[in-house]
Amino acid sequence: MNSGGRLEKALAEREFAVTAEIGPPRNASGESVRAKARLLKGFVHAANVTDCQSAVVRLASLAAALHVQAEGVEAVWQMTCRDRNRIAMQSDLLGAASLGIKNVLCLTGDHQKFGNHPAAKNVFDLDSVQMVEMVRRMRDDGRFHCGDEIKGPLPRFLIGAVENATAEPTVLRLLRLRKKVAAGAQFIQTQGVFDLARFEVFMREAADAGILENCRLLAGVIPLKSARAARFMNERVPGVRIPDEVVRRMEQSRDQEEEGIRIAVETVDALRRVPGVAGVHLMAVAWEEAVPRIVSEAGIKPLGDR
Amino acid sequence: MIVAEAKPLEELLACLEESRRALIVSCSGCTAVCLTGGAAQATSLASRLKIAKRINGSDLDVETAFLLRQCEPELLPAIADRCARADVLISLACGVGVQQLAEAYPDKWVIPALNTTFAGSYAGEGVWEERCGLCGNCVLHLTGGVCPVTRCAKGLLNGPCGGPADGRCEVDPEVPCAWILIYERLQAQGRLELFTQVRPAKDWRSARDGGLRRFSREGMSRE
Amino acid sequence: MLFEPRIIGFCCFNCAYSAADLAGSMRLAYAPAVRIVGVPCTGAVEDAVILAAFEEGADGVFVAGCLEGECHYRSGNIRARQRVQRLRRALQEMGLDGERLAMYNLSAAMGSRFAELANEFSRRIRLLGPSPVRKGGGGA
Repeated sequence: MNSGGRLEKALAEREFAVTAEIGPPRNASGESVRAKARLLKGFVHAANVTDCQSAVVRLASLAAALHVQAEGVEAVWQMTCRDRNRIAMQSDLLGAASLGIKNVLCLTGDHQKFGNHPAAKNVFDLDSVQMVEMVRRMRDDGRFHCGDEIKGPLPRFLIGAVENATAEPTVLRLLRLRKKVAAGAQFIQTQGVFDLARFEVFMREAADAGILENCRLLAGVIPLKSARAARFMNERVPGVRIPDEVVRRMEQSRDQEEEGIRIAVETVDALRRVPGVAGVHLMAVAWEEAVPRIVSEAGIKPLGDR
Repeated sequence: MIVAEAKPLEELLACLEESRRALIVSCSGCTAVCLTGGAAQATSLASRLKIAKRINGSDLDVETAFLLRQCEPELLPAIADRCARADVLISLACGVGVQQLAEAYPDKWVIPALNTTFAGSYAGEGVWEERCGLCGNCVLHLTGGVCPVTRCAKGLLNGPCGGPADGRCEVDPEVPCAWILIYERLQAQGRLELFTQVRPAKDWRSARDGGLRRFSREGMSRE
Repeated sequence: MLFEPRIIGFCCFNCAYSAADLAGSMRLAYAPAVRIVGVPCTGAVEDAVILAAFEEGADGVFVAGCLEGECHYRSGNIRARQRVQRLRRALQEMGLDGERLAMYNLSAAMGSRFAELANEFSRRIRLLGPSPVRKGGGGA
């Protein structure tokens, strides 16, 4: 055990893991984060807290992660390479560990072009593979990135990374995934999966290559709230590709929200059957209410007081 | 001009372990001016590689090709025969030239023999110094002709940090504080109001941060 | 086995070359291995020329120019000195002992000094042994 957290235990015990995503607000309200955490409580092993997703300024992911944990929900603290150099990253890692954060998810981060400060300078001092390795070395070797020894308590995180499993070409995604796992990623959360056939190919090839032997993969699911949201994601969210037939299905339904939940439940159901899938990661940003329904309707047994 | 410095020979030799026939391609542009990438350096590098390989007990056949400018795609086909004979191409151009060479001969492994370091100019005999950060949004008219983006280690836009001592940068006491130079120049010109105006945050979209930069001059396309 | 080194001396016509000539006129014996190449100024001895000598199997190379401050082209010998220093480091990088390259400063009147230097350098090279370039591997 590294962090000794719920997510780590669930993954170690091969329990079907469920994580969900919480987007912090574009203001200073901790209560809005806490309200979302309360919605998820009992349904997820841990909740991701995004780090200025889409490069829009939001309440700090570390602060939001603390609000989430104050509600009894374990946080997966997200950190991107876009806004911090290695000095800030390591400082934040020590700070987060000192405050009881168990899980860190290392991401490259969306380019600032997609957010509300496109004129900003970007950092990308490290990339996500290098970040994963840095976090692992801090924890396992007790060394800062520069090689200096960390004297005293070490930051003991469960280390996560992300992958876009259905992006092309698959071979390239697999090469990159292999690097992340080799660097120290213990769990992977994927971008939203809509194309199951392609996802299965990805999982089969990952298994054949032995990439996931020491790493657990949680497949991403994005519940669609409306056909408009689906089209918006296709146009504006990098890395998300929703097939036309899914968009059409949303358009043609009388109750789009219900249809969105139905598609998500079907997807979760199908993903559970894919060999190698250790859990699902539900990304219902700004629609957190959908998570308890999807979890229940997909037949994942209630998580009790988790 | 673009300034580039030689990579350690060891780094090049490590790339040449399997190689039998190398072609060194020089550039008579910027890297020749800073004495790292011209014809003379190509001849010298050829000797150094041959000597080092021979001492290691293996032979390397090294040819040299002299190009007027390696960043000019039109000039590259001239060395096609020699490139074809070589199993590896060693470029003495800046990163731009290296990429043009690689693009012209995509099946060849192209090894940069130089590290491209900065856009700068002559600063005394045998010395070159950085002058432009290629940020795409010039402020030199506001800063007395001294670039704070490159010559201030922090790239500050509103005057010096608290670090300089005796007019020197805290990062390198050999280097004058850019903002003290700016202040002195503006003061001498009687334009200190330019210093006192608060400069807003820079729009970095025009710099590398905004993604690949590309410039097209209207009226030059044949399409 | 006695090793007779091959040494190339790039000597400036304005000083060291004349000094070598003077040494000859004075019937001073100096290492026969030294072959002198006359140059108009040591500042004109490029990297490539010195490296070519080593590439062709020279065991040692020296550059001999005017006394500092007396270069007929003002600073040619100063540049030569810097170049030799730089090339000595480059020799190390290639796997050759930097001691195989030297710079000397002489006036045209220093015939006996030239003979001395040539002998001294030749002894140094003899101790270092044949150039590994010539042998094709091993040693330095």
